[in-house]
Amino acid sequence: MTTVNNSVQNTIRLLGAGLRALLVLTVICGVIYPLVVTGIAQAAFNDKANGSEIKVDGKSVGSELLGQSFNLADKKDKDGNPLPDPQYFQPRPSAAGPNTENTRYKLLVSGASNLAADSKVLLNSVEQRRADVAAFNGVSPASVPVDALTASASGVDPHISPDYARLQAKRVAKANGLPEAKVDKLVEDHVDGRILGFMGEEHVNVLQLNIALKKLAKG
Amino acid sequence: MSPVLSGILQLVALIGALALVYIPLGDYMARVYSSEKHLRAEKWIYRLIGADPGAEMRWPAYLRGVLAFSAVSLLFLYLLQRVQGVLPESLSLGFTAISPDQAFNTAASFVANTNWQSYSGEQAMGHAVQTLGLAVQNFVSAAVGMAVAVALVRGFARSRTGELGNFWADLVRGTIRILIPLSVVGALVLVACGAIQNFAGIHGIGQLAGGSQQVNGGAVASQEVIKELGTNGGGYFNANSAHPFENPNAFTNLFEAFLILVIPFALTRTFGKLVGNVKQGYAILATMGVIWLGFTALMMWTEYAHHGAALQAAGGAMEGKEQRFGVGASAIFATTTTLTSTGAVDSFHSSFTGLGGGITLLGMMLGEIAPGGVGSGLYGMLVMAIIAVFIAGLMVGRTPEYLGKKIGTREIKLAACYILITPTLVLGFTALSMALSTPPGSILNGASNSVNNSGAHGFSEVLYAFTSGANNNGSAFAGLNANTQWYNTTIGLAMLLGRFLPMVFVLALAGSLAEQKPVPETAGTLRTEKPLFAGLLVGAILIITGLTYFPALALGPMAEGLS
Repeated sequence: MTTVNNSVQNTIRLLGAGLRALLVLTVICGVIYPLVVTGIAQAAFNDKANGSEIKVDGKSVGSELLGQSFNLADKKDKDGNPLPDPQYFQPRPSAAGPNTENTRYKLLVSGASNLAADSKVLLNSVEQRRADVAAFNGVSPASVPVDALTASASGVDPHISPDYARLQAKRVAKANGLPEAKVDKLVEDHVDGRILGFMGEEHVNVLQLNIALKKLAKG
Repeated sequence: MSPVLSGILQLVALIGALALVYIPLGDYMARVYSSEKHLRAEKWIYRLIGADPGAEMRWPAYLRGVLAFSAVSLLFLYLLQRVQGVLPESLSLGFTAISPDQAFNTAASFVANTNWQSYSGEQAMGHAVQTLGLAVQNFVSAAVGMAVAVALVRGFARSRTGELGNFWADLVRGTIRILIPLSVVGALVLVACGAIQNFAGIHGIGQLAGGSQQVNGGAVASQEVIKELGTNGGGYFNANSAHPFENPNAFTNLFEAFLILVIPFALTRTFGKLVGNVKQGYAILATMGVIWLGFTALMMWTEYAHHGAALQAAGGAMEGKEQRFGVGASAIFATTTTLTSTGAVDSFHSSFTGLGGGITLLGMMLGEIAPGGVGSGLYGMLVMAIIAVFIAGLMVGRTPEYLGKKIGTREIKLAACYILITPTLVLGFTALSMALSTPPGSILNGASNSVNNSGAHGFSEVLYAFTSGANNNGSAFAGLNANTQWYNTTIGLAMLLGRFLPMVFVLALAGSLAEQKPVPETAGTLRTEKPLFAGLLVGAILIITGLTYFPALALGPMAEGLS
């Protein structure tokens, strides 16, 4: 009996030590550490730590790092899906969905389609998108680049390839009553190269491009 | 510059950065775990814990420390999620309590250093659970892994004792002296590039075309950095490291891959230092490096080639990949995350080519040892080294030795048990999930109904889920709907058993090695610091993994690739 009691006591003592260790480390790693990092981040990189918000004429127009939809407010297609607004450059397809768990928020829950490389569903979407993008922009289906045909990983990123931006320039210029050459130049000015010349891929930030476009359209 | 060249340059830059810090970080960690001195802050912590950091532990005591600490962590994290609904709004963001099966799964996942996520962070977990619960486990579960690895190394380094050090001291030092300082620096680098770090909660911002949108605030950068550094992988957001708030640009993407790899690789230097022969560490490093590089090169090749009907139609493997990263950087990240026990993703593996998906799967099946998770990669690789010297010993008819210790019956039994655990869990649970019929309303409901893609890919999703869980990776072929009672429970069990059962055998092995007296090196001793041995070790790893998993791989990714 004594050995059993001893081993029970030892176990309790050990679990007590484990609990105290967890609580101390929770204070260090879960309270002090994030607060110190937040403090320094807020002081040194205030704008970035808070989500890189962009303001135009004092009004918030979104985050530099997040994509937005640029759809017609009043028109829908026959399935009730919103239609893209020809006045704006359009982002990549997105597989992000609305939040389902706490619906008082209207969040976009980030995520990808997770469809397989040989999926029939994905194949159909790719073909459908190729036809849609070509028709919407008045270009040949073969010229539509891959990023316009596939959904991104996060579904909330604001980036497209320079080719996709160039392809849209003609349609955007026409819809805004702007000379095509000016819009072409705007696109080229907004091409972000690879970091240090080799990291990642060239891209265009659709939100920043559209902001500049609206400025240009206003004159 | 062509995308392929840019991919290769990124790989070269990553290797260069890792090479630069290998010796300083490895030596520093060796000093951390062998220093006699305690920092003043550490002394306070030991007093609060009520532990004597100088008291040497034999393997059963060390193991009891690991298990007691992890059991308490599991319970604490479970309860924290269960009470989320009654926490003040500023801490919970108004999110409700997590359901019992999902809370168990998540607690098991983070305590086991897996970070499998059956929830979507941005719509389920408030500040309290993310910061006080999940982020804390990111630190301490990593520190536990490193402690166990160091205990095994001490088993090789010490003789005629059986004492393996003090668990509480190793846990605290790993956290305070290694993980926290690196995390503070890394988090600030991420914020400087655009990762968010605030406590604003979910709030509205404007939109260019009118109206408003809601976005998340949170302590993201501070959690992101330890998620990579501790090879954890649990994202703040559902999209994980693909989300621009976690991984804003191509530089942070490469930086995060660096964070994932830096400790597992540098620990081989720590190992060499502690056993008194850095060349032994280089042989282990070479083994890990060759496998990692080979897998990465293969992955880049297949992703650039973009086989698969849908990818061919699109003209590239960009489904589930971000434009700012591109194919090359995504391929590097994918093998890095699956060959360590991280499981963070910057692109979605389910939409990779058939071969690419197979490579991520095979990477985990190797047992997360090239270079593997922090700590767990090193001890996993050392167990494989024991197997390799045993095989070599059989070939020449000599009693095998490794680092001056005899590999006798007891040692080889423990090593064999170690490598049998994860395959048993993976294949057993996968078979069960595929075989069980699923009557509605039962706990089994959702075993085979959760599969998103049909046929071979659907099987791959289930196989991937258990491979990821039992090997403590945590990445997903996310087509599987894993938030069901069946998967939450079974994957939770696979994660716990896949983490702690191997630790039992590792520590028993360490104890048994530490008790031995060293055997003198002779002309007949296998030189384990030579390239020949590294080659033998690579071969042993690939053959053992291949033999174990070939039938399952044939039913999944290979069938998909051939169809």
